Amino acid sequence: MAIISRGFRGRRTEDRDRLPPGQYEERGFPVLSAGPTPRVPLDRWEFAIDTEAERTHRWTWDELMALPAETPTVDIHCVTKWSKFDTTWEGVSLDVLFEDVETTADYALVHSYGGYTTNLPLEDLLDGKAWIVHRFDGEELEPRHGGPARLLVPHLYFWKSAKWVRGIRLMTEEWPGFWETAGYHDYGDPWREQRYQGD
Amino acid sequence: MSIEHLDGNALAGPLGEIFAVDVTAATGRCASCGLAGPVASLRVYGPEPGLVARCPGCEEVVLRLVRGPGAAWLDLRGTISLRVPLPD
Repeated sequence: MAIISRGFRGRRTEDRDRLPPGQYEERGFPVLSAGPTPRVPLDRWEFAIDTEAERTHRWTWDELMALPAETPTVDIHCVTKWSKFDTTWEGVSLDVLFEDVETTADYALVHSYGGYTTNLPLEDLLDGKAWIVHRFDGEELEPRHGGPARLLVPHLYFWKSAKWVRGIRLMTEEWPGFWETAGYHDYGDPWREQRYQGD
Repeated sequence: MSIEHLDGNALAGPLGEIFAVDVTAATGRCASCGLAGPVASLRVYGPEPGLVARCPGCEEVVLRLVRGPGAAWLDLRGTISLRVPLPD
């Protein structure tokens, strides 16, 4: 006899509401890669924010680890149509890293070890919307998923959450990044299905 | 560790949608290091979100191809030239 509990049906409906248009739920964690996986020793790792006034703010790995950490649980949405619910991360909010950064720039170009870049408005990195994360699901972030540290901007398609993040350049004009110069959308809001240029 | 990339023959079908010749048989020259070789010898990452073909010598990007609905984007910034074999 088939038994369908009200709770189960309720959760299913709720999960469907969490899926942006055109997405499906993925329980694994697919790896998409545009190049070889960079290996960055922690004693040589650094993260830098460069302002439009040519001022640089730098953090070593130990300095990053000494900052207050947060443990966001978020849904992530890949432009290749998979979404993963309730992913758990640990890292530093970009609000903490931007505390002493003076800027009037509106745009950010994120760059990574290995040469990857992605662009987004600066406001999408602030106010609790983005982190530099170094742990996933209670473990150190694996290199294939962007370790030692990656950007996490879960409200945009996941190509914006640059793996192997190395720094952020602040700019007064928008400068398209790696996928954005090859047909993908400049902003990438999954709820508006902004996959390609013109969407 | 598993091999992360395919070889350049993976470009034959997607590029065949755009070009009348088989581009994988052409000789490309890398804009970064100058190495020349068949497009089929490039290291190809993808296919999603797009095909990224890298130089086997210096690993810089030589060619990128994104196929969206109703359009393809082809980036050849990393290629100095393509020598395409043609009949006399």
